[in-house]
Amino acid sequence: MERFTVKAIQNMLSDKQISAAELFDLYSSRIADYDQSLNAFITTDIQPNAAYMSDDQDQESPIDSALTGIPYAAKDIFCTQGIKTTCGSKMLENFIPPYDATVVRRLKKQGAVLLGKTNMDEFAMGSSNETSYFGSVHNPWDIERTPGGSSGGSAAAVAAGLAPIALGTDTGGSIRQPAAFTGITGLKPTYGRCSRYGMVAFASSLDQAGILALSAEDTAIFLESMAGFDPLDSTSVEEPVPQYSQYLEENIKGKIIGLPKEFFDGSLGSAYEALIAESIDNYKKLGIVFKEISLPNIGYSVPTYYVVAPAECSSNLARYDGVRFGYRSQNIEDLDQFYRTNRQIGFGQEVKRRIITGTYVLSTGYYDAYYLKAQKVRQLINQDFARAFESVDIILGPTTQTAAFKLGEKIDDPVSMYMNDIYTISANLAGLPAISHPIGFVEDLPYGLQLIAPHFKELNLLNLTHQYQKVTDWHQAMPRLLKSSEDND
Amino acid sequence: MHWETVIGLEIHVQLACDSKIFSSASTTYGKEQNTQASLIDLGYPGVLPVLNKEAVMMAIKFGLAVDAEIADLSIFARKNYFYPDLPKGYQISQYELPIVSGGQLFITLDNGIEKRIGITRAHLEEDAGKSIHDKFSGTSAIDLNRAGTPLLEIVSEPELSSAKEAILYMQKIHQLVRYLKISDGNMQEGSFRCDANVSLKPKDNTELGTRAEIKNINSFRFIENAINYEVERQKEILEQGGSVVQETRLYDSDAGETRSMRTKEEANDYRYFPDPDLLPVKIDKKIIEKIASSLPELFDQKVDRYVKTLSIKHVDATEIAKNIELAEYFENALNTYNGNPQLLANWLITEVMAILNKDKIDIASLPISAKSVSQLIQRIDDGTISSTIAKNIFSQLIESEMSVDELIKEQGLEQISDTNEIEQVITTVLNENQEQKDQYLAGKEQVLGFLIGKVMQKTQGKANPKLVNDLMVKILSNH
Repeated sequence: MERFTVKAIQNMLSDKQISAAELFDLYSSRIADYDQSLNAFITTDIQPNAAYMSDDQDQESPIDSALTGIPYAAKDIFCTQGIKTTCGSKMLENFIPPYDATVVRRLKKQGAVLLGKTNMDEFAMGSSNETSYFGSVHNPWDIERTPGGSSGGSAAAVAAGLAPIALGTDTGGSIRQPAAFTGITGLKPTYGRCSRYGMVAFASSLDQAGILALSAEDTAIFLESMAGFDPLDSTSVEEPVPQYSQYLEENIKGKIIGLPKEFFDGSLGSAYEALIAESIDNYKKLGIVFKEISLPNIGYSVPTYYVVAPAECSSNLARYDGVRFGYRSQNIEDLDQFYRTNRQIGFGQEVKRRIITGTYVLSTGYYDAYYLKAQKVRQLINQDFARAFESVDIILGPTTQTAAFKLGEKIDDPVSMYMNDIYTISANLAGLPAISHPIGFVEDLPYGLQLIAPHFKELNLLNLTHQYQKVTDWHQAMPRLLKSSEDND
Repeated sequence: MHWETVIGLEIHVQLACDSKIFSSASTTYGKEQNTQASLIDLGYPGVLPVLNKEAVMMAIKFGLAVDAEIADLSIFARKNYFYPDLPKGYQISQYELPIVSGGQLFITLDNGIEKRIGITRAHLEEDAGKSIHDKFSGTSAIDLNRAGTPLLEIVSEPELSSAKEAILYMQKIHQLVRYLKISDGNMQEGSFRCDANVSLKPKDNTELGTRAEIKNINSFRFIENAINYEVERQKEILEQGGSVVQETRLYDSDAGETRSMRTKEEANDYRYFPDPDLLPVKIDKKIIEKIASSLPELFDQKVDRYVKTLSIKHVDATEIAKNIELAEYFENALNTYNGNPQLLANWLITEVMAILNKDKIDIASLPISAKSVSQLIQRIDDGTISSTIAKNIFSQLIESEMSVDELIKEQGLEQISDTNEIEQVITTVLNENQEQKDQYLAGKEQVLGFLIGKVMQKTQGKANPKLVNDLMVKILSNH
């Protein structure tokens, strides 16, 4: 089995080596064959949009865009008209949205073809995909391990070649961490870069749609089609969207990367540190200059996040009451019991934990001590980054603490699970774009490297990553698991 | 002990926007249940609110009209509580940094004294839907047509000291929002509702007593009854040495009493926090200046102008200006009228008001145009018809498609100003009423009215009354 990049598929389609319909079938059969062991998809029985599926090669496709006929997968947090959108929860097990999320609509309009909806932590709350009502996703590099979360299904699907590219969302690292754990490229754009309209909300001030892909180039191709102001999302920003894919070859010589000393305090394993050192060398060879910097308040990121995100989640998830949609228990005597039962049965444990935490930090008497304090610290973290970006173009750090851990290893220890996002959360708090790209393996498990850029400088991230990927091949490594099953054929 | 009543009002004004405050759904009242709600109003997963700028403009208008400060930066907050007619599980409102703060208006007390009432704040928020508990047995129904309707909540300082003052204040606000055209003020449809915070304190005591909040009162009469009932209730408790419980109470208009709804302990902790889905509202000084310069003439200015420029009696000016639609009707009539505005005003206050009161309609539903009224008065002024005939024509205008002049012509109602014709009738009348004629000639001048009446009768009211009077006196003096 071969993993095709979006770029490769574009060429195959334009050379008429394959039709859009054949591509759809190819990926559908891959999903049917391999997803039983991965559980990356929740919904796959999707009617492909006939307009882009014509087998008649002579017939002009009604839409001629770079994305026409390109298959993709979407995390099950994006509303898809007429297609079940569960958000990984029993609460929305049978929810069929009557509308498309803006990013889905934009991709559809350009002819991209949705393959399926991918598994995820329930309401995107989790870092291992174990909180999904539909069961854990398995990491294609080692099926006993987590693919990360919450966009674990999207990451596993792309890494395993079940989809060439996938949409994810990143609230505290939910794209970057799974990308690192599965050896692929994951971009969280600037807050406001992509519309949140139609993305089931977890923490509104942190949520951002992004991409999990095999390369920076593929990421650029999708981002330029998804991004941009949306009148339906007041927090999306009216900032022009560059044609990222046209500028990937721009010279990066002389760009300055900052290395925050707080990210390199000796707490990473030596093997991971060695990989980072090697990738820094690679970047130096590309003409990048490195500089040590400091982000003094970065240490408060995790506690700040675990006040702000649950607070917003406690309010965002109040609408799941069983009155208009979602899980609704029968034979209920009174209103209180109705609410309690619906939410008790409809939500899983991690979601409830965060709702309760969030309700607590917003309560009278605690608001100032928690929520308000957290907002102030968030400001400080913002300022740290702003100051750092006065002297550097990009900030580099680890994506994760370790490689993918075993399923079951941390699920009963929420604090240790939360610490997983220690390197990724600060970019969400500051609304900054960040990317994770593969930098090598230790004991056959992939590791990622994180780059963070100033607001709306996604191009810098894609530019650097693309040039890195031209001189390295870590991003082309395929999971052993699927290779061996292919060998057995 | 002598107790002083302290009242603060929170008035919810439904803004006259075509669409909801955070969605593009229509705000039309009275449509089939759940047909005026979009996915945003229904709180569907993934949808986001987008602020209706028109609502912001209206709030600014109100703020400027009450001399308040308009915040250059204001913030929407979520007020979190569970209720089936609140789709998102939170109401988008404003908490810290409301759009309007620190205003004032003046009410005129019975003794003529103007009392200043402070307006603490006015903020924008969305309305909830409606729960219907009495229509289906054993089950409640939800109508979300109203969900997301734009509201301006106007909070007064606790500076009202009686039910009477509360009503004066409420009426003043009601008049103001209608003048500003930011609300239809329709109380039956719930466009104008009020919560009253009522407490008592010993006279001359500076510290406020414990208050009870009476929720959702939607008529001037109910607010008066509710406050009066509440004052008596609290007085009774206090005089028996008890203490008032801080609580929310409901006014039962059938029983004429307030009832406890929930105590402070049972009150919701609303967990307000800034809504992350909406950016802070930044209001440019230029926008404020633009709105300020386009503010309409308000009640006091209007009365003043009527009195000073149009020479209308103050009491009449007030009567007309009280209702903006009536004032506009008056001004429209005035546009096509070349006469003494007081005559037009008189007609409005007597004849027009009489029809409105009799048919229980408002001026907008009156089937007679302002232009017709001005035409009618014009015809009185120029002597074409008498005012008695005018009343007759006025009542015909309600049904008729014809204009004033057409009606006069068709029915031959032109006033008789032909001297010969009138003199003939006078002669006939004097011949037929010899006794009254002799009485007049003997010095009993009161019978003149009787004789003139007879002439008017004979001419079906068409004779020019002034001419009849003059000629009658002249003819009699020749006897």
